Amino acid sequence: MDINPLHNGMEHSDDMELRLWEYIDGLSQEPSVIERLIAENAEWRAKYAELMEVHQLVQSTALEEPSLRFTKNVMEEIARLQIAPATKQYINTKIIWGIAAFFLTVIVGFLVYGFAQVDWSAGNSNGNPMGVDFTSVDYGKMFNNTFVNLFMMANVILGLMLLDRFLNMKRKKMLER
Amino acid sequence: MHAKTPDNELIQDVLQGNTAAYAELVERYRSFVFTIALRYINSREDAEEVSQDIFVKAFRSLADFKGASKFSTWLYTITTTTCLSFLRKKKLAVQSLDNEHVFAVAENVDGGMSANQVEQKSRVQMVNEAIRMLSPEDSQVITLFYKGEQTLEEIAQIIGKEPNAVKVQLHRARTRLKEKMTKHFSAEVRDIY
Repeated sequence: MDINPLHNGMEHSDDMELRLWEYIDGLSQEPSVIERLIAENAEWRAKYAELMEVHQLVQSTALEEPSLRFTKNVMEEIARLQIAPATKQYINTKIIWGIAAFFLTVIVGFLVYGFAQVDWSAGNSNGNPMGVDFTSVDYGKMFNNTFVNLFMMANVILGLMLLDRFLNMKRKKMLER
Repeated sequence: MHAKTPDNELIQDVLQGNTAAYAELVERYRSFVFTIALRYINSREDAEEVSQDIFVKAFRSLADFKGASKFSTWLYTITTTTCLSFLRKKKLAVQSLDNEHVFAVAENVDGGMSANQVEQKSRVQMVNEAIRMLSPEDSQVITLFYKGEQTLEEIAQIIGKEPNAVKVQLHRARTRLKEKMTKHFSAEVRDIY
């Protein structure tokens, strides 16, 4: 607990200011309580008058004015430009889904193929905690058989299709400009 | 007297090809945008150039404005990010209220004035100068709240903070402003209180 009277006094003053600012800004949850405090307590009344002066002074300030040519300069600049299409319009969700499907297919394909290579009946041998004898995996066979070749080919075709769509979109945008 | 055309109607006009309607939006918000830019960038020339850039950016991205917030809130968000990226690019030293050099300069400016000149300085000028001595964050919050017609929630959206944090920041900014006015413009403040 803070027993320093100076700290307590500062906290009291800070809390009073915060509550008075809320009241002045019309954001107070307890306007009638603050009104009563202002009416009955000289300290609150003095602080309220002080803050109201600051509030009115800040309200009375004028905005800075740019040069007279400002609007003209902006309009001359935008005369050479076009409004960009809305973000949602140029981000084609089909392409996003296509990319997601491509990677998902690759991951699932590799997982399926990896698990297909595991000899589940081999059991736990030589202290291998996973029960998989990695020395018995024939990596040469993994990357040579027809299944992998077909899988890779399908991925390459999908990749080329995506690249084609992307380049087509870019070309269309360029033509539009 | 003509009623002011709502911002959203002007935006629809611009989106339908009436680019001239954008001039009305620029006229409406140029002082607000320029004032906020000046809170970040000390040079008027740079602040004006950045402000023009903000309006050009807003025009280019107008199709992205969906009317979920006020146009001014959206525009001030662009203002804040553009000013910050300008400062990052230029690596300019941002004036802070804790910067002793700034205090020294401010004190010298006042010290160099005759008593008569100080007396002539209007209260509005005094407050404006005191605001300029605050940190860009503090002066921006004060400007948005008092001059930009933004609520605490809208300011929170613009500067990317929680509304409660903005409330505390606004309170502290006003306290610091009061301190600045008392410290640097005590003669004028004495007249006021």
